[in-house]
Amino acid sequence: MKKKLAVWKFSSCDGCQLSLLDCEDELLTLADQLEIAYFLEASSRIQPGPYDLSLVEGSVSTPHERRAIQEIRSQSKFLVTIGACATSGGIQALRNFADVRDFLSVVYARPDYIETLDKVSPISQHVKVDFELRGCPINKRQLLEVANAFLNKRRPNIPNHSLCMECKRRGLVCVTVAHGTPCLGPVTQAGCGALCPAYNRGCYGCFGPMETPNTAALAQRLKDHGMSSQEISRVFRTFNAEAPAFKEESLRHEE
Amino acid sequence: MKNSSKRVIEVKALARVEGEGALHVTLKDDEIVALRFQIFEPPRFFEAFLQGRSYNEVPDITARICGICPVAYQMSSVHALEQAFGLKLGENYAQLRRLLYCGEWIESHALHILMLHAPDFFGLSSVLELNQRFPQVVEQGLRLKKAGNALVTVVGGREVHPINVRVGGFYRAPERKELRELIPSLKEARNIAREVLDWVADFPFPELEIDYEFVSLKDPREYPMNRGRLVSNKGIDICADEFTTVFEERQVEHSNALHCLRRDTGGSYQVGPLARFNLCFEQLPASLQKIAAERGFTPPCNNPFKSIIARALETLYACQEALRIIDSYQRPDRPHLEPDIKVGSGSWFTEAPRGILFHSYDVDENGLIKRAEIVPPTSQNQARMEDDLRRLIPTLLHLPTEEMRAQCEQAIRNYDPCISCATHFLRLDIERL
Repeated sequence: MKKKLAVWKFSSCDGCQLSLLDCEDELLTLADQLEIAYFLEASSRIQPGPYDLSLVEGSVSTPHERRAIQEIRSQSKFLVTIGACATSGGIQALRNFADVRDFLSVVYARPDYIETLDKVSPISQHVKVDFELRGCPINKRQLLEVANAFLNKRRPNIPNHSLCMECKRRGLVCVTVAHGTPCLGPVTQAGCGALCPAYNRGCYGCFGPMETPNTAALAQRLKDHGMSSQEISRVFRTFNAEAPAFKEESLRHEE
Repeated sequence: MKNSSKRVIEVKALARVEGEGALHVTLKDDEIVALRFQIFEPPRFFEAFLQGRSYNEVPDITARICGICPVAYQMSSVHALEQAFGLKLGENYAQLRRLLYCGEWIESHALHILMLHAPDFFGLSSVLELNQRFPQVVEQGLRLKKAGNALVTVVGGREVHPINVRVGGFYRAPERKELRELIPSLKEARNIAREVLDWVADFPFPELEIDYEFVSLKDPREYPMNRGRLVSNKGIDICADEFTTVFEERQVEHSNALHCLRRDTGGSYQVGPLARFNLCFEQLPASLQKIAAERGFTPPCNNPFKSIIARALETLYACQEALRIIDSYQRPDRPHLEPDIKVGSGSWFTEAPRGILFHSYDVDENGLIKRAEIVPPTSQNQARMEDDLRRLIPTLLHLPTEEMRAQCEQAIRNYDPCISCATHFLRLDIERL
């Protein structure tokens, strides 16, 4: 019997589940190994739970989503969150630093029609998560590694060291040392393949904080490069703003 | 009181669209008494949290509105901000941006044609079922999609949320050699796109003709992507600054997505491949016009189900155009030009795969965003989708409930609705009182 796969969407841009469909070379093989039992973006055939592997994209931002994640957890044997929204709130968690009522009135003429929560939260604040895959968006190689590891009953081999390691391995010149470009590489988890330095720009933290990051030291370095407190606060407050290490550092520089 | 017939059709969640939402239809004695989309994709408030962010963060942030068409968000935002700063870029930057957009059109159109829309024409549930019936088409279609993604990856850095786009140009302009390495896969993609066009042109199309107002960009030099005036077949001809004087967004109780309508008539309109095809056919190269004509596909086309042919034709065009741009590519001396930061306002629209995407910003003296307004294509097509169903449903009343529902879903997928940006749908209820 094939294991049953389900793909779920919460508040998000769809980009992480799209990464699964972007596995053009592996998609059909993957579908041979796993029964795609629930994947609304790809199929209108819906099979009931329980599911062996649930991939959850997106963060919790509405009362409905708060209820839905409980039901999904109870139907899922192994639950993996995919992407920055699911693991640390995503870009929409920027509302956590403001008053959502102000946000509502900027976008909607009738805020009373809209049902939304004051704070956006990652999936792990609501249910037990068996594995978290980082990235905004996730890297599809890493996604395949998670699926592969699941099928072979082993732990996924996903490094949690900093982006700098990846950069060195690619033989890239350090953008900070060589031309003074601010870069979050020293505190950001690897996974993207050091994309930004390869394109002559500093890392902006899509994969969120690495294990035990020294954000304070990096912030000091950014300051030495002439960045204002406001700017330093902003660089930690993007797609993983609700990740504790980035959140604390951004609050420290808030004026 | 006369007897009334009652029939209920319900789809818990409409699949093969990018997002979540519902459609509710109430019929009484075969008359539609209520029809509404409920888009319940949660609001994420981009226009609000962009306030106070720096101009150079905007292309990275707005990309996150949509994982399917991030390039479109980056293109509209950088052009609008360059407009605000009065920054003009040379033609080599314009061509490189167009090349990036070609990649997105290829991957997004291939995704929609193959994985989301084609299964409808055969009563199938997914690309996997399609693969059992047409293994060669699916295998080739995936290669076509991959070629688009490879192009976005080389020019943009990665396929979802590219990292190489900035106000004033790019972080790094690709070398000629890097682009030339894409030629074999793009040539193969071009051949596949031609076969896909032949395949979809022969699909069985439901008969439905609607007198649409089509809206798209139009530029005498080229098929529209990043530039041109906004025109329609019913008299609109405006620049980006005039967008909000002609169109307005209205909030409706049943949807988290705003409806965009013509301000004067309150009428709906259509944007996307079929609109571009109808308004800009003569901007396609003569060879493509000929290929389309040989398949009997020439403007005007007012059958919404045939949008899949327009999408296939545009995919073929994008492959050809990418090859043309790579062939004549001149790497800019500098990857980007520095904008002169000053107080200003700028508006722009570009042609996302699903239709025009409008961005407008006010910037302060430090380059921080004071106001942001974003009107995505699906928000513009939303009212039109409702109107299409009002026209379609009366022709389906003789059908069993299941078939009726399937055709309604298919009619919605004609628009390739990307509900994560306009927001998500769909649950489909048809209730007969």
